[in-house]
Amino acid sequence: MLDRMHILICGGPDCKDKSIPIRDAFKANIKKHHLENEVSAVITGCFGLCALGPHILIYPGEILYSGVSEENIQEIFEEHVMKNNPVERLLYRGKFDRMKLKNRSELTFFAQQERIVLRNCGTINPLDINEYIGRDGYMALAKVLTEMTPEEVISEVKKSGLRGRGGGGFPTGLKWEFAKKSISDEKYVVCNADEGDPGAFMDRAVLEGDPHTVLEAMAICGYAIGSHTGYIYIRAEYPVAVERLEIAIGQAKKLGLLGKNIFESGFDFDIEIRLGAGAFVCGEETALMASIEGERGMPRKKPPFPAVKGLFGKPTNVNNVETFANIPPIFLKGADWFKSIGTEKSSGTKVFALGGKIANTGLLEVPMGTTLREVIFDIGGGIPNNKKFKAVQTGGPSGGCITEEMLDTPIDFDNLIALGSMMGSGGMIVMDEDTCMVDVARFYLEFTVDESCGKCTPCREGTKRMLDILNRICQGRGNLDDLNILERLARIIKNSSLCGLGQTAPNPVLSTLKYFKDEYIAHVTDKVCPAGVCSKLTKYVILDNCIGCTKCAKNCPVGAITGNVKEKHKINSKLCTKCGVCKSICPVEAISTKPEKWRAIYAKAN
Amino acid sequence: METKVDITNEKIDLLYAEMEKHKQKSGPLMPTLHSAQRIFGCIPIEIQKIISKELDISVARINGVVTFYGHFSVVPKGKNIISVCLGTACYVKGSGGILDTVSHELKISVGETTDDGLFTLEGTRCIGACGLAPVFMINGEVYGNASVQMVKDIIAKYKT
Amino acid sequence: MTLNELNALRKKARDHIYMVGLKRAARIQIGYGTCGIAAGAKPVYNAFIKKIEEYNIPNVTVVKVGCMGECAFEPIVEIVESDGTKTIYCSVNERMSSEIFEEHVLKGQRLDKYLLSKTKR
Repeated sequence: MLDRMHILICGGPDCKDKSIPIRDAFKANIKKHHLENEVSAVITGCFGLCALGPHILIYPGEILYSGVSEENIQEIFEEHVMKNNPVERLLYRGKFDRMKLKNRSELTFFAQQERIVLRNCGTINPLDINEYIGRDGYMALAKVLTEMTPEEVISEVKKSGLRGRGGGGFPTGLKWEFAKKSISDEKYVVCNADEGDPGAFMDRAVLEGDPHTVLEAMAICGYAIGSHTGYIYIRAEYPVAVERLEIAIGQAKKLGLLGKNIFESGFDFDIEIRLGAGAFVCGEETALMASIEGERGMPRKKPPFPAVKGLFGKPTNVNNVETFANIPPIFLKGADWFKSIGTEKSSGTKVFALGGKIANTGLLEVPMGTTLREVIFDIGGGIPNNKKFKAVQTGGPSGGCITEEMLDTPIDFDNLIALGSMMGSGGMIVMDEDTCMVDVARFYLEFTVDESCGKCTPCREGTKRMLDILNRICQGRGNLDDLNILERLARIIKNSSLCGLGQTAPNPVLSTLKYFKDEYIAHVTDKVCPAGVCSKLTKYVILDNCIGCTKCAKNCPVGAITGNVKEKHKINSKLCTKCGVCKSICPVEAISTKPEKWRAIYAKAN
Repeated sequence: METKVDITNEKIDLLYAEMEKHKQKSGPLMPTLHSAQRIFGCIPIEIQKIISKELDISVARINGVVTFYGHFSVVPKGKNIISVCLGTACYVKGSGGILDTVSHELKISVGETTDDGLFTLEGTRCIGACGLAPVFMINGEVYGNASVQMVKDIIAKYKT
Repeated sequence: MTLNELNALRKKARDHIYMVGLKRAARIQIGYGTCGIAAGAKPVYNAFIKKIEEYNIPNVTVVKVGCMGECAFEPIVEIVESDGTKTIYCSVNERMSSEIFEEHVLKGQRLDKYLLSKTKR
């Protein structure tokens, strides 16, 4: 018989001495009330948060008590266990203190996060500059302009170890220094808000929730490198963010926080918004600058680097939104504080946009060095509907897939590259057993083929040929030789393309080929799609757990399903058009598109 | 059927007024094209010629820029624009099926406009509402957690 | 603006945000990013505004804020009270907003059934 209630007591090294008497006190109470068959009390592994121990976690409800002692047990037992009335006073109070946290999944969602970039998102009114000022807004700019020299500003950024959050991970301080060293009558600061990676939306969240932080950081950068004009290049697909930025710039100018002689320091700085027009390649910095100048957004050869010859031929510093959002806190709290967060080579935090087959989709900010497993299973809540985790895709169309075996890798710039993926801008798409990896690779290539600007041949022609092959494989017309050709093409495109788009475009194919070769082989030799996605290679079947509710038969648009009430139904595959309606409405998931052999493999894994 | 572009003198005056402002900036072409797209709903060759004269940029170059970016179009679009998000999160959660449904319902494929000029179907890049995937937009309004039935219902609403 | 002026402004704004010196004040923060709007934050915002006008109570403000990151549970409403208590309600609709206003904001009764921590898996 299942226990009605489980009491888990932390048995980590710091709590161990106290947890045994706590367990014994529970046991005594259980015995006293003859609840041995209903309530269990056990000592488990360390809960973390050792400073606040010992902890008790009670199921159902995942209710967490912290800092309890033997004396509290009587009360917890009588109130919570007997009357189902949690003792509010003893519940865990997080350092986040967003509310009295009493549910553990909520606790992990917020408590494992460290909010620097998103510090104001969801807390202040983005349309009111006073709210930003009330949360120390523009204090960093004031400090920089009144107390520091440009050299000191750059050395502080260098010391913080901040690296570009747009994907490449280039040290920000170094970038600023290059721009500063270039001698010119005019220089520019550009904020790259052309967040094109599908699945990444942290820049949008910052611009919508806290636009002033970007303006403040751009002004600091302007002072450091000796520039008086900033441009924000933002996607036209983000109308809300554009509107809020416009309002924010207007308010900052009105208060004299942008414009002439800011804080009576003699420093002038102005910011202008420029809209993108739906071209992914414009996220590449040289293409972005071409676009601002009014050209087709095509990348230029580097060198000369933008720090030497950038926008309108002048030295230019380009940083992404999230990078800029880190700047004000670095000056308010110091580079040492920033360096203390994260790992040695990747300091600070990273914001991830968690999406796909995951329970808690959303944005989260964690210190660098957090493992993928913590992000996906602890904070993200794991995969819904008891499905099996298959892979997580990071870095968008430039990144790759990471499998279960590698989930314990701490996230930082260098580790992800070593795994054949990349940090990218921070989109993280979780995939489960129902996702076909060949189809995913095909999807990304379709994207890059569409978005390739056409300037250089390897990218323009090569990606197209790769897509042709993948389409063939997904339709069941591929052969084993195709896999070799794919791999060779991928290497050639990687080595010979002009810009980052082409150089990274083959990554999704290479990484799926590396880790999911069995799925490719199933497509080309067995002519089946293991996940049941590629429609040419799938067959709809009704499994034995069909309850005969007749829902599918009633909704099938071509009348291909037959069967009596409360009996297993059947699909006539000659009539079936594979539209998927039946699968989406079946209440017991009795309709499957997976081939039998793979169904067994997944069932075993679950 | 070709939908006619509505080029009135009023609209042209509006474009001139906006161009006056944009000319003060460095790199005035992109902002001007955004204005033109907003005012006319597309940027046909007639309009490109006007811009060419005013900004002193050749029509060939302007045409090159207009056709490069997905946001600009040389032919007018339908009255209602349905954009289905094809970002990764949406794709993984089945936006392909949503796109097929719209395409099937309206009998047009991506990038086309219905004969009555009522609908244009577009596949759009990630609009950043990944938490609500799959997502589609009608005239800029976002609909989240979309299902096949939901799109059918909404299209029916717009048809009347 | 000078540094002193900024400091003065900061203090004033700070007092306003944290409701310093006000008794039984509350700040109703509504997640109003693209996700929130798409999920229906607009009618929720309007419903709160209407309630405040209806009861004409001082010291309660409704604020549109940015994305809180919990996109799957939008629209999200966070009630911050002058004593520092913070409560997050999720998947809020118009009907719930009236209820939250009348029970929580007016009477101080937290509605546990709508809490983010209760809804979430």
